[in-house]
Amino acid sequence: MITSPEVEQIEKPSGLLRTALRLKRTQIGLGVLIAMIGLTIVGPIIAPHSQTEFIDMPNSLNIPGALFGTDYLGQDVWSRFLIGGRSILLLSMSATLLGTTVGTFLGLLAALTKNKTDEFIMRIFDVILSFPQILLALLLVSMFNASPILTILAVALSTTPRVGRIIRGAALSVVERDFVQAATALGESRIRILFSEVLPNVTGPLLVEASLRFTYSIATIASLAFLGFAPDPTAANWGTMIQENSAVIVIQPWGAVLPVIAIAVLTIGTGLCSDGLSRVLAGIDRGGKGE
Amino acid sequence: MSEGLRIVDLRLDVEATGNDIVDQVTISIAKGKVLALVGESGSGKTTVGLAVLGHTRRGVSINCGQVYCGDTEILSLTESDQRKARGHLVSYVPQDPSSSLNPALRIGLQLREVLEAHNFGSSDEARKSRIREMMEEVLLPTDDDYLRRYPHQLSGGQQQRVGLAMAFACRPSVIVLDEPTTGLDVSTQAHVLATIRQMTSKHGVAALYITHDLAVVADIADEVAVLYAGRVVEQGVVKDIFTNPAHPYTRHLVAAAPDISGKKEVVGLSGRAPSPGKRPVGCAFASRCELATPECQDSFPKEVAMSASHHVRCIKVGQVAPVLLASKGASNVRDQGSPVLEIKGVDAGYSGVTVVHDVSLTIRKGECLALVGESGSGKTTVSRAIGGLHREWTGTMVFNNVELQRIARQRSPENRRGIQYVFQNPYGSLNPRRTVGDSISRPLAIIGTDKSEASKAVLDVLEKVNLPGSYANKYPDQLSGGERQRVAIARALVSKPDVLVCDEVTSALDVLVQAAIVDLLSDLRKNLGLAMLFVTHNLPLVRSIADEVAVMSEGRIVEFGPAESVIGDPQQAYTKSLIMATPSIERSMR
Repeated sequence: MITSPEVEQIEKPSGLLRTALRLKRTQIGLGVLIAMIGLTIVGPIIAPHSQTEFIDMPNSLNIPGALFGTDYLGQDVWSRFLIGGRSILLLSMSATLLGTTVGTFLGLLAALTKNKTDEFIMRIFDVILSFPQILLALLLVSMFNASPILTILAVALSTTPRVGRIIRGAALSVVERDFVQAATALGESRIRILFSEVLPNVTGPLLVEASLRFTYSIATIASLAFLGFAPDPTAANWGTMIQENSAVIVIQPWGAVLPVIAIAVLTIGTGLCSDGLSRVLAGIDRGGKGE
Repeated sequence: MSEGLRIVDLRLDVEATGNDIVDQVTISIAKGKVLALVGESGSGKTTVGLAVLGHTRRGVSINCGQVYCGDTEILSLTESDQRKARGHLVSYVPQDPSSSLNPALRIGLQLREVLEAHNFGSSDEARKSRIREMMEEVLLPTDDDYLRRYPHQLSGGQQQRVGLAMAFACRPSVIVLDEPTTGLDVSTQAHVLATIRQMTSKHGVAALYITHDLAVVADIADEVAVLYAGRVVEQGVVKDIFTNPAHPYTRHLVAAAPDISGKKEVVGLSGRAPSPGKRPVGCAFASRCELATPECQDSFPKEVAMSASHHVRCIKVGQVAPVLLASKGASNVRDQGSPVLEIKGVDAGYSGVTVVHDVSLTIRKGECLALVGESGSGKTTVSRAIGGLHREWTGTMVFNNVELQRIARQRSPENRRGIQYVFQNPYGSLNPRRTVGDSISRPLAIIGTDKSEASKAVLDVLEKVNLPGSYANKYPDQLSGGERQRVAIARALVSKPDVLVCDEVTSALDVLVQAAIVDLLSDLRKNLGLAMLFVTHNLPLVRSIADEVAVMSEGRIVEFGPAESVIGDPQQAYTKSLIMATPSIERSMR
């Protein structure tokens, strides 16, 4: 017999994230996202003026030292733009993180128990889902006040059931698989089965859903600010800026247009990322040859 | 004899890489004859079958070759002409009838659609009578009530017969059958095979029968082509292939197939077939062949004619030892060990409906008890109850003199350790996100064995199942089906159990791999004194592995006794019918 060391070596298939990163749309999306995050980190440092400093006449253009002129109160548009992204990004990231974590846990729990607990969790989800996301957030924020914590909680609350349903659906098929049965037969604890057997096998849908929820959270939090529910009404905030400066958009367009562009670019970036991820998950564009 | 199907020098490539997955396939089938295309999974059987219809899977394209159905060359037809030819000239019966019939349409409508698509029959009346005729031919009721049924209202065998009726509807001259009986019970399989045989000979249809089950081949086929790594290595009439295989690979295949007509030591083969693109210049089988010499690697062997109807591609023709089909080996008379697990009067069910009635079994140390039956007989329910995976059961199970609790979670760690379960499907029973080593050491971690000791035990047990220690760092995705099943067995063995419950552990595996796993299990049983409950529907295999057999039907044990006597000389009508329905190479060759 001719001995060959190994008839064949099979490569380990690369994970969802790595495969998705081979797609152009994910690369662009991630690039945009990183640039925007960079902007919100560096922005406040390089901003020439403070966010509440009055530097000139309101609504004026062509002011030396103020790239995009002044807003409706005479504050520097460029500085407020550079500073105003941070709170939106921070709030939406925290809200997504919180909502996804809680949603994932509840979804997994529902899938594994398949009894009254499952029923209870799902009905609660249904109740929350019956409110449009922005309405639910508005309701909470207007009942109390628009503190950062409450904003995060409100958006996370509307994110939780959406993530939870997806994770429950994905986990239901995993729970039926034999390796979960095998773990049960070995006497593994429920929590351990949940986190070490089931969770690693739903990371694909989880990633896709989390990135999608992030996109929605950005939009919701910006909308809340636009409607006047920013945590600090005097502070620079892209949503607030649009609202404040939209009335004078004809004479001083930058005050509203800049934040609009920023929010659009940010959501397109996260949208492209989640689209790339979900395409790989669904098996479209397999082989990673780009589009 | 006129030719029904002729495939000439067919080659298919993967578009992305340009690697061929099927190469130099030349097959011809006479009208009214059945040629079986045999090979392990991944050998390209289905790819050839689909190419006959001018169809390829996504990402695969036909590089060269011709497919003649009668006088028509399929591959040179335009897309729309090919579509017309499908069903009309050449038709296809897929593997799984439950997924190939549209669940939302009544079967009568689905049959009519085929006829309408090909403008068969001049009027609705003519079509209706053709549908009746077809249903009659496949031995199904012809009344309107039956035709108004949905696929889910039919049994698996009936569904597959509807599939056959659809395939034969427009009187094609060539039919491709892709493992049409896989997943069916033996008695259903016997009916379907009889229908296929009758339909092909009656209508003079050339049939390409794709399968990996050699006993079925012996039963139904006139000729056989053996496919290995995308190339036909041996081709000939059935009798030649089984009694006088000329290619070492064919010989291994035949030697690995258990047979119901006698006790047979099945012999496995290690290694796996090279995947497309990794195939060597020479004979692809050389790396696993015991006859291989350096010349084998020079070029793909030329066809050697053994006789007018028997061709082989091997340069070592004549050196291949003949196969012993079945030997009536001495029955395993052994000292009866002490009972390890006793099951008394177990009833089990699902949501209040009892499906298992009064099952009593005793498994002794070092003994293999086979629990056989058709699907729905309750055999898996019993095994799951033993493994602590099924909640709804009553009765008593005594394990090492301790009565067992109903489910695994309630049982003592000692009892959980003592009874280990190996699942049917190795693709599902290992967590894809865990390394092999992690999966195997988990049972030890639960008992509280410390890490260094556990990793030593992992290496130890990997060696027992004949896998290199380096596999501990691999992920299940990187392993073949057989290797995965070895890992699953290793996981079951690592905590040194007394009873191993094997639930259809070989049914998802190729015959060579199955033989190797059966080999392994027998060795383990001998060396470790394991008691084994081997749950299966594969009767021939039982004869090769088990000491005692319990036959289950409709939730009851209908016959019980030593394997040799139950299968060699069954007493119950049910067992007799099961054994008669099981195809046998030996019986077909007589």
